[in-house]
Parts: sequence; structure tokens; C-alpha cells
Amino acid sequence: MSFLAFQGSIELGIIYAIMALGVFLSFRTLNFPDLTVDGSFVTGAAFSAVLCINGHPVWGLVLGLVAGSAAGCITALLHTKLEIQPLLAGILVMLGLYSINLKVMGTRANIPLVNQTTVFSSLEGTALEAYAQLLIPLGILLALLILLFLFLKTKLGFSLRATGDNAQMVRALGVNTDTTILIGMALSNSLVALSGALLSQYQSFTDIGMGIGMVVIGLASVIIGEVIFGTSSLLRRLIAVILGAVLYRMIIAVALEMGMPATDLKLVSATLVALALAMPIIKKKALFYKRKIAAQGIKRGG
Amino acid sequence: MVIIEGLSKVFDHGTTNEKLALDNINLSLGTGEFVTVIGGNGAGKSTLLNCIAGVFEIDTGRIMLGNKDMTYWPEYKRSRHIGRVFQDPLQGTAFDMTIEENLAIAYAKGKPQGLRRGINKADLQKFRERLSLLDLGLEDRMKQKVGTLSGGQRQALTLLMATMVEPQLLLLDEHTAALDPGMAKKVISLTGEMVEQYHLCTLMVTHNMKAALEYGSRTIMMHEGRIIMDITGRERETMTVELLIKQFGSRSGTELDNDRLLLS
Repeated sequence: MSFLAFQGSIELGIIYAIMALGVFLSFRTLNFPDLTVDGSFVTGAAFSAVLCINGHPVWGLVLGLVAGSAAGCITALLHTKLEIQPLLAGILVMLGLYSINLKVMGTRANIPLVNQTTVFSSLEGTALEAYAQLLIPLGILLALLILLFLFLKTKLGFSLRATGDNAQMVRALGVNTDTTILIGMALSNSLVALSGALLSQYQSFTDIGMGIGMVVIGLASVIIGEVIFGTSSLLRRLIAVILGAVLYRMIIAVALEMGMPATDLKLVSATLVALALAMPIIKKKALFYKRKIAAQGIKRGG
Repeated sequence: MVIIEGLSKVFDHGTTNEKLALDNINLSLGTGEFVTVIGGNGAGKSTLLNCIAGVFEIDTGRIMLGNKDMTYWPEYKRSRHIGRVFQDPLQGTAFDMTIEENLAIAYAKGKPQGLRRGINKADLQKFRERLSLLDLGLEDRMKQKVGTLSGGQRQALTLLMATMVEPQLLLLDEHTAALDPGMAKKVISLTGEMVEQYHLCTLMVTHNMKAALEYGSRTIMMHEGRIIMDITGRERETMTVELLIKQFGSRSGTELDNDRLLLS
């Protein structure tokens, strides 16, 4: 892989890692399979692009994040107050967001940001200019990692983690799980939207379809991270998710380099996640057949 | 301390499966009273506890704890005054969190959640002291995940968590039924010690007839959603397991059919 492609996949990996942390929060910490992600990612990107054009790139990130958290709140409320299944609640909000995102983007399906001032312009004229696209997302990611880790170690963070483990127990200990789910989903989708907002300014455009399959990419990052870098402690898990996201981008970059058409990307992502999710069962079945064949071998031999 | 008036609960209302699970239950417990509850399958023992805890909404009646009318309170709000241990050891703890983190959640009961540190030094000291009461060596394993503990250890931990912030009422729903006999004995004697030490008002559903008579100061027997026997004092002291089964037969008109029932 060329150095440029390598650097590019690291940069993208860092931006996607923010989204992967959000997916980790909903899927793993809250045990809530949240499909809002595909929509809230674009919501972040839409606010980011529109505010960029109006000369407020930083506010683009902030408002994108806030809008994402609002989307997460709606999914959480649909589930906790109206008792709609998590998957369906996420799908409904994702669908609704499609229209909202188009409205935010002024009914255009694509907003180019070429020659616009973005957050990456802020290092222009300094010695770090050449590394702006690496350093700015990295700074944001590290700050978020520390904040998220500290948050999950607070009293509220404990309740939130326990909600995903055992909601019944959390209620039996006097905590309203509707509230912990609401806070968790708001946080999760604000991370996702921030990632989308950053990506928009990084790649200099927002497209209405850029969120398709985002939840699968997030999940792939989480699983790759967990399998390769381990889950023994909370900090390790969070770092594993980040490394998983970067590794995922590298795998994609290598595949593209080897001549895979970019249009096959989603198929590869879906296959990768399906395989990773099925791994424990495949291992179990393989073991079973090995035993079965061995047993039949003995029978035939005797 | 606890007053239950005219409590009824119907499941699957208006369907062919409609079942009257609790039929006009009246029950009051004094301060520090330890009541054991026995009965056959489907007698309504667990339903009664779940109605008190707020897991199920009730159809008619009133539930008072102290001077508070809790009838329309949500489950989490009632939990601030009620400690609970479930039959399934998996239900009372968060398996993917450490022992100390589980205890911290229990210790924060009723206090504002907030963004304060989950565990501080003083908390750790307190957790260590409380865990050593269990005599299971858990005080030296506080950083381990609860998922690595056995069912009995988890149940003992749940009991500790349920009483970490002293509740006004302790609800125990066959909390030793899923344990091996040795561990069941350990957990039930721990229960006895804790209830006595804190003078806790307790409702304990049990499948063990002997334990039902041995622990506590009062025993009630349920059948088809009603309380068919309520013994205390002298009458209870002279009661034996054999007599209890006989009494059940004459009062309910059927045989006791709890398939988990332990007679010894």
C-alpha cells in the first residue's frame, strides 16, 4: 500500500472510530441494537455542511452533535415509553431522518464543500498544516476517549452499563432504566453524528446516502477490535474499538488497492460482519463434526 | 409497616387464558416482622411479591409501606425502599461488571446519581467489611467480574446488595431454590442473620417447608391466589412439616403439588 493510501486510511479510521465508539455504547453497553446510526450519521454531516457554507465550521460540528443526540433521544423514547422494539424504533427514526436530513440540506442530495473553510483550515499557515487532517480528528478522538472512559466510571456510568447487563437489577436498585437508556442513546448518537460531521468536512462533501450501512461498519469495527485487541478491562475495550475502526479502514484500503471495485464495498462489509457474528457457532459446529467424524472412524475401524 | 388491602391481580384479562392470580389479598406486617410464605404451584406467591415490588400493575387494592401509599409508584421508585433477591441468581447482579462496581450501584440506591466518581476509597473500605460478613472470600476478589462467581456466591452478593442501603421491606422470592443444598443452607442462614441484625421487615417465599417454620416469626400459606393459613406464636411453634401438609389438604381441598417442595 502506498504511504498516501496508508495515511488516508488512518485518518478515515480515526474519524470512523468516533462513530464506532457510539455504536459500542448502544450495542455493547446498553445492549440496544440501534439502527438510528445510519440516519444520525448523515444528520451530523448535513448540519456540518450547511454551517460550513455559512462560514461556521466549528458550529457545524457542535450542532451536528446536538441534532444527533436528539435523534437518539427519540429512538430511546419510542422504545421505553411506547414499548416499540429496539430494532424497529431505530428503523423508524432512521427513515424519518432521511426527510429531515434532506430538509436540512435544502432539499439537495449533495452539498460540495470545495474551497470552503473547514475545521481543517484552522492549522493553515502553521508548521502542522500538512498533518491537519490527521491531528484534528486525533485530538477530538482522544479527548472523547478520556471523557467517555471517565463518564463510564461515574455513578451514572455504572447504572448505564448495568442497564445493558441486567435492566431488572438496575430497577430493583432504584434507578429508572428509561432514563439511563435515554442518556445512553443520546450520547451514542451524538458521537455518531459528530463522526459524520467531521467526515463531511474531511471529504469536502455531504451526500444524503453516506450513512447507508454505517451501523454495519461500526459493528464491524467493534467486533474486529474485540477479537484482536481484547475485552479484559473497560479502557482496553474502548481502545480496542478505536483500533478496530482503524484496522477496518486498512482492510478496505488494501482490498481497494488489490482491485476490488468500490461498489462492492458494502457487500464485503456485510459479509465480514456476518462472518464475525457467526464465528462462535461456526467454531462450535466444526468441533461437533470433528467429534462425529472421529467417532465414526473408530466404529469403522472396530 | 406494610399494609396490603384488597389486592387482586388478573392475568390475560378478557382472554380464554384469563387467570385470577391474586384474589382479594389482605395482609399487614409489623415493623421487623419476618414472614415466610409457602404454597403450591400457581398459588400466587411470586405474583404477590411482584405486585408489591411494582413489577406488575395491580387491578384493585392498595399497597402501603410505612405511611406511603405506593399503589401507583413505578417499580424503580418503590425499589428505593424495598430490597429484593430473586430465584434466578443471574437476575440480581450485572455479570459484566466487577463485584465492587455492583456493590457501588447498590450503595448509591436512593441517592442522586450524578457524575461523581463511581467508587471512592471510603466506599471500598465499606464494601470490604460487608463482603467479609459473607465469609466467602469475596473481599479479596472485588476487582473480578461477577460473571466469574458461582450461583451461590452471586446470590449471597445479591442479598448483600439488597440490604446495602437498609430497606424498609425485604422481598425474597425462593432465593435458595436454584442453589445446591450446601450453598442453599449457607444463603438461608446468612438471610436469617441479616434480617435479625437489621431488624428487617421481610417476606420470604420458600419451597423448603422446614425453613418456612424455622425462620421468621410468622408463616402464611397461599392457594389459588388466597391466603388460606396464617400462623404465628404458639400455634406456629408447635407446627410440624407433616401437620402443615395435612392442614393444607384440609384447608384447600387438594394435595400440595409444588414440584420443588422440600419436606426436610
